[in-house]
Amino acid sequence: MKPVTFTRISGYAALVLLAVISLLPVWVALKTALTLPGDFFSSASSLVPPEFTLQNFARVLGFETDIVLTSAVAAPIDFGLALRNSVIYAGLLVTGQLFFSSLAAYAFARLRFPGRDGLFVAFLSATMIPSIVLFIPNFVLIRELGLINTFAGMVAPNILMVPFAVFFLRQFFISSPKELEEAARLEGLTHFQIFWHIALPLQRGPMATLAILLSINAWNDFFWPFLVGREDSVRPLAVALAEFQSQTGQGQPDWTGLMAAVMLSIIPILILLMVFGRRIVESLQTSGMK
Amino acid sequence: MVKTAKPPLAGSRRMSMRQREAIMGYLFIAPALIGLTVFFVVPTMRAAQISLTDWNLLRAPRFVALSNYEKLWGDETFWESLRLTLLYVAYNIPLQTALALFIAVLADRLARQVWVRAVMIAPYLISNVVAGLIWLLMLDPLIGMTNVFLDVIGVAKQPFLASPDTAMISVAGINIWRHVGFTALLFYAGLQAIPRDLYEAARLDGAREWQMFRTITLPLLRPVMVFVMVTSVIGSFQIFDTIAVTTAGGPAGSTKVVMFYIYETAFKFSKMGLASAMSMVLFLILVAVTLVQMRVMRAGQSDLG
Repeated sequence: MKPVTFTRISGYAALVLLAVISLLPVWVALKTALTLPGDFFSSASSLVPPEFTLQNFARVLGFETDIVLTSAVAAPIDFGLALRNSVIYAGLLVTGQLFFSSLAAYAFARLRFPGRDGLFVAFLSATMIPSIVLFIPNFVLIRELGLINTFAGMVAPNILMVPFAVFFLRQFFISSPKELEEAARLEGLTHFQIFWHIALPLQRGPMATLAILLSINAWNDFFWPFLVGREDSVRPLAVALAEFQSQTGQGQPDWTGLMAAVMLSIIPILILLMVFGRRIVESLQTSGMK
Repeated sequence: MVKTAKPPLAGSRRMSMRQREAIMGYLFIAPALIGLTVFFVVPTMRAAQISLTDWNLLRAPRFVALSNYEKLWGDETFWESLRLTLLYVAYNIPLQTALALFIAVLADRLARQVWVRAVMIAPYLISNVVAGLIWLLMLDPLIGMTNVFLDVIGVAKQPFLASPDTAMISVAGINIWRHVGFTALLFYAGLQAIPRDLYEAARLDGAREWQMFRTITLPLLRPVMVFVMVTSVIGSFQIFDTIAVTTAGGPAGSTKVVMFYIYETAFKFSKMGLASAMSMVLFLILVAVTLVQMRVMRAGQSDLG
């Protein structure tokens, strides 16, 4: 055992304090979501709801349309629909990203073709272009293609290429043994068959990690969907939340409803973190060490 | 000849294995290459081109040479937005980096369990929008929990996002809350790469914690530090989401950073040319800032030798 010193104790105290600061706001959001709208102002400084209720969740999901909102909103936002849109958007985007990035990563790791290394550097440098330069021309392009307010337009710029995913998977393909693939080649399998039936299944772990990270990113995407996906039928949760807030104007927003909608966005992420905590931590940890 | 399950191009002449591999290589990277070209390379050139036009999306763009850039030169709001962006970066980066280092060293010394780091990065996994909304509630001057706590410890209540004097630092605080755990995690990973016996040796020589931090930890963390500083500075210059949901540039324009101004110019006032010119200026600033950072921090060298 290490000696108990003042430095150590204050160190632990600081860690506990930091953990509280890290998690308390999420708790306050949850508590607010579980508070009856009428109780909200009187219990604002309390850390637990005076009376536990799921009414706000029912309200934002559109199950209880007869309950009057405490603070009038210009047009009620259907968060159930927004939740569905977020699932579709993230599902489409991540599926495409995983497929196209793993194809490219495999080619960069295993196949020999002229210009391979130069192209890989080109991919590397693409990450240097800040999104601020890209969003106006990309908006113009999506508009010219008539894809504003479609899922296609929302996923287009990022579905084919995620530089991070290509680098991440390329490392794993490079470090996995070649023998199996060479044997398959002698058996006469095509490159795609080898990739799909042999190389890719071996990377189940890294693919799962990548899927989790990309899903969290897609779930949280705001700026681009905010530009091209604002109609009810495609608007994802993050954009709906921002719009719900901005409709309030000067007065107090419908806090209990807003926080219930906020929890719809947080809960899936917290579940992922609880189930795959180690995986998420370890993969993020290495993201700075290229 | 190697027998194939299916000829790659039916009826075509036989290709060598090498040629076939090369063709497959290009086919495999084709989708990513199209993505790179259509949504990264071409748009970068197009942004430069749009910045030379007067264009409201409704009629054809009109070439105006450099007049958008001239307009920017005399646009006080633009200069003010750059100043506010710098102010944000100045609040955000030093505080976040120092706090993240502190957390990383604490976790490295006292708590190496994975769940500690999971708690640390939880806010980072929440979107900017949601973090902004939660803190909008936490920082509400009347009903927010933050003022309740300040009251308990005897500090005067603060207006936070509601006053021009405190809005920007509040926005920076929200982003630090969301980001500091992730930055700490990167530092933590860097700490794991430092050989432990260096600390043992220093301790035998009677070095104190602070001395070890200054002479061992900090110099050996430099590669991670460069990465963290470069990426977080670039990110900070483009702050948008948090401001969009908390202050929308207010109160009294006190948080109208350059990204928000560009957004308004492009999508509220439909001045695509002027907005593109602003984005090009910001791009150049980012390139310059990154080069200076790399130079100052001697990014190419390592102290681990």
